[in-house]
Amino acid sequence: MKPRRQRLVLVVMIVVGVGIATGFALRALQENLLYFYSPTQVAEGEPPEGRKFRVGGLVTPGSVNRTEGALDVSFDLTDNNTTVTVAYAGILPDLFREGQGIIAHGRMNGDGVFVAEEVLAKHDENYMPPEVAEALDQVHGKDSGP
Amino acid sequence: MIPELGQFALIIALCLALVQGVMPLAGAQTRNRMWMAIGKPAAAGQFVFVLLSFLVLTWAFIQNDFSVAYVANNSNSALPLFYRISAVWGAHEGSLLLWILVLNIWSISAIIGGRHLPELFNARVIGVLGLVSVGFLAFILFTSNPFDRLIPAAMDGRDLNPLLQDPALAIHPPMLYFGYVGFAVPFAFAIAVLLEGRQGTDWARWAKPWATMSWVCLTLGIALGSWWAYYELGWGGWWFWDPVENASFMPWLMGTALIHSLSVTEKRGLFKSWTLLLAISAFSLSLLGTFLVRSGVLVSVHAFASDPERGLFILIFLCVVVGAALTLYAWRAPRMTSDAGFAAFSRESFLLANNILLVIATFVVLIGTLFPLVMDALGQGKYSVGPQYFAAVFIIPTLPMALLLGIGMHTAWKRDKWNRVSRHVRIGASLALVLAIAISLLAWDGGGVLSAIGIFAALWVMFAALVDPLAYLRKGQMRRMPLALWGMSIAHFGLGVFILGAVVTETYSVERDQALSVGESTSVGQFEFRFDDLRQVEGPNYTAVEGVISIFDDGEEIAVLYPQKRVYRVQQSPMTESGIDARLGRDLYVALGDPLGGNAWSLRVQYKPLVRLIWLGCIIMSIGGLVAVGDRRYRIARQDATARVPAGTARETG
Repeated sequence: MKPRRQRLVLVVMIVVGVGIATGFALRALQENLLYFYSPTQVAEGEPPEGRKFRVGGLVTPGSVNRTEGALDVSFDLTDNNTTVTVAYAGILPDLFREGQGIIAHGRMNGDGVFVAEEVLAKHDENYMPPEVAEALDQVHGKDSGP
Repeated sequence: MIPELGQFALIIALCLALVQGVMPLAGAQTRNRMWMAIGKPAAAGQFVFVLLSFLVLTWAFIQNDFSVAYVANNSNSALPLFYRISAVWGAHEGSLLLWILVLNIWSISAIIGGRHLPELFNARVIGVLGLVSVGFLAFILFTSNPFDRLIPAAMDGRDLNPLLQDPALAIHPPMLYFGYVGFAVPFAFAIAVLLEGRQGTDWARWAKPWATMSWVCLTLGIALGSWWAYYELGWGGWWFWDPVENASFMPWLMGTALIHSLSVTEKRGLFKSWTLLLAISAFSLSLLGTFLVRSGVLVSVHAFASDPERGLFILIFLCVVVGAALTLYAWRAPRMTSDAGFAAFSRESFLLANNILLVIATFVVLIGTLFPLVMDALGQGKYSVGPQYFAAVFIIPTLPMALLLGIGMHTAWKRDKWNRVSRHVRIGASLALVLAIAISLLAWDGGGVLSAIGIFAALWVMFAALVDPLAYLRKGQMRRMPLALWGMSIAHFGLGVFILGAVVTETYSVERDQALSVGESTSVGQFEFRFDDLRQVEGPNYTAVEGVISIFDDGEEIAVLYPQKRVYRVQQSPMTESGIDARLGRDLYVALGDPLGGNAWSLRVQYKPLVRLIWLGCIIMSIGGLVAVGDRRYRIARQDATARVPAGTARETG
């Protein structure tokens, strides 16, 4: 191939390749995007039904309920305004504890309970997931407002 | 007094870095040999003072000097000495200091290794490295001083994050940084080429060993991180598509493209401007990675600091470096023309495909990593991108890449014929096909078409990599096989091993979360796990509950594992230490979950076939890279240059 044609072929290949990849990537991206909602938004019915999303807040002290001898556990998440009950069957992360800010992935069931597929607590006791911090701030802002 | 000495050393290092950054570049522009000559001693001095500063910080950790805020925040008098030393780079400030030290080590190596390069070219390389160093020294001095005092001094330290109290941590960050930062050297070469408007392609041969060495370190660093996450995070996963992992993976992909493209430029004088662009991109992605990890925009174990000032500094630095480099590229690259051509079926075409696919792979990872940040910055809400996105999209470019690799390896430069190449690969291809089908049908259970394709791709790459060594063996000329060919064969074989491990682990792993009381047992596949006992263990700085779990294979005891749930005393943070019975063919993995009342615990039990091949493959790839760097032509290049120097020096500045 002559250099000129070579360069043309190169450019066309790159454009086509990147185009196809971007198309696939955006489709897969759309399917795998998880949106974050605060417990208040969940209570107001904002999350679209049947879709997976993330919810985050503080674990309400005293709300953690275990089924004796089994993996099932449920707890409340709060943004100090509204709470949402989360049900989970599995092993909780090391830093899960009452009063700690956590994030759960999953979807709502018909009874208004959030069924989590994954529960995340970050590996630092002083650490607060930024989404949770912001959700708490918003509630705080509303309270102190006029 | 000693900590102030460390800070003072950093300030001197910054001054020297400024000299190193400005004088040789200015000297090269004005052809002033005196100015150009200042670069080397300035770099040597800078290295000495950065090293001094690093040692001072290490000393503060060893001495438990809790009047230094960084030490007080990240160490404790009960912390074992080994971890007090590795804690030096356990958090933001110290890890930046390590970054700078590593950059200095690379600069010094580049100066020593490049002493035979043309004076003008070398001066520019040294200058660019100096400027990069200026940016990072300013960053550490103005926003992240590790020597800040705590007044009054703390009685004791707040301890190192328990997750980081692990031997792998001692080597993972330095290794990773040697990889990341090493791409600064090919970057500096690229900028020097562009500044000089250098024609010819000898620079590709000079840059190749540096790019390859960085790639080797980055490969090992990423593999270490993956291995560490596997046993330390307690989940048994080896890759999470976590933004921070992606931050190190993108430079790796780009670096891989770079070393392949450098081959073409070196051997055939083609792809010149493309190679330069890749060199710039690889280092830019390293800087982007540093920005993502150090600015606190990401949520992760690695995101130490959430200080907007720091983020802004790195972002501006990133924009300046990338912006300046790309502007220079846009201005000068069009002059880099090559007049050689190649046929559609040739080594060049395959390496071109390799490059395009690697760039696409980098691109899809970049989209998934940056998308949430961009949406958040635009106020469009808080998204996160699930790992399924990466898993689904990543194989689109990488599967064809693996399939093409086996053919491309045996295709000649310039022009080749399929009939000739197919003779080399068809045995391997048929063997891989038969084995892949056999494995999918007979070994383990329940694999699908996709995993069969994956296993085929892995075996295909491995067999293709064996063709050249076997050919030399048959001719009885094993010793005459060039090291570069050895390196390529070994590295590609390692890639095949890696793919095999990844595909089999992802397809055939069995994982079970189970509530068990002492005395009960559960089975995973053919293995029975019996929960024998639960006991208290006292470590140097933690208390642990330890489970005793015996594993039986067909009724015969094959291993006893001791997984722990530790609570580190200072931070009162719990940590899972998994118990692993590791064999080449499979891992058996047990992690303690939570106490469920009585003596019942939740346990995570896993069977992970061939998971070891993932890291073994990475190690083999790195060995391949190391071998390739030892090739004769890089040594000869150096000797040639030495012979030329005495006669050439006088005129080269002209």
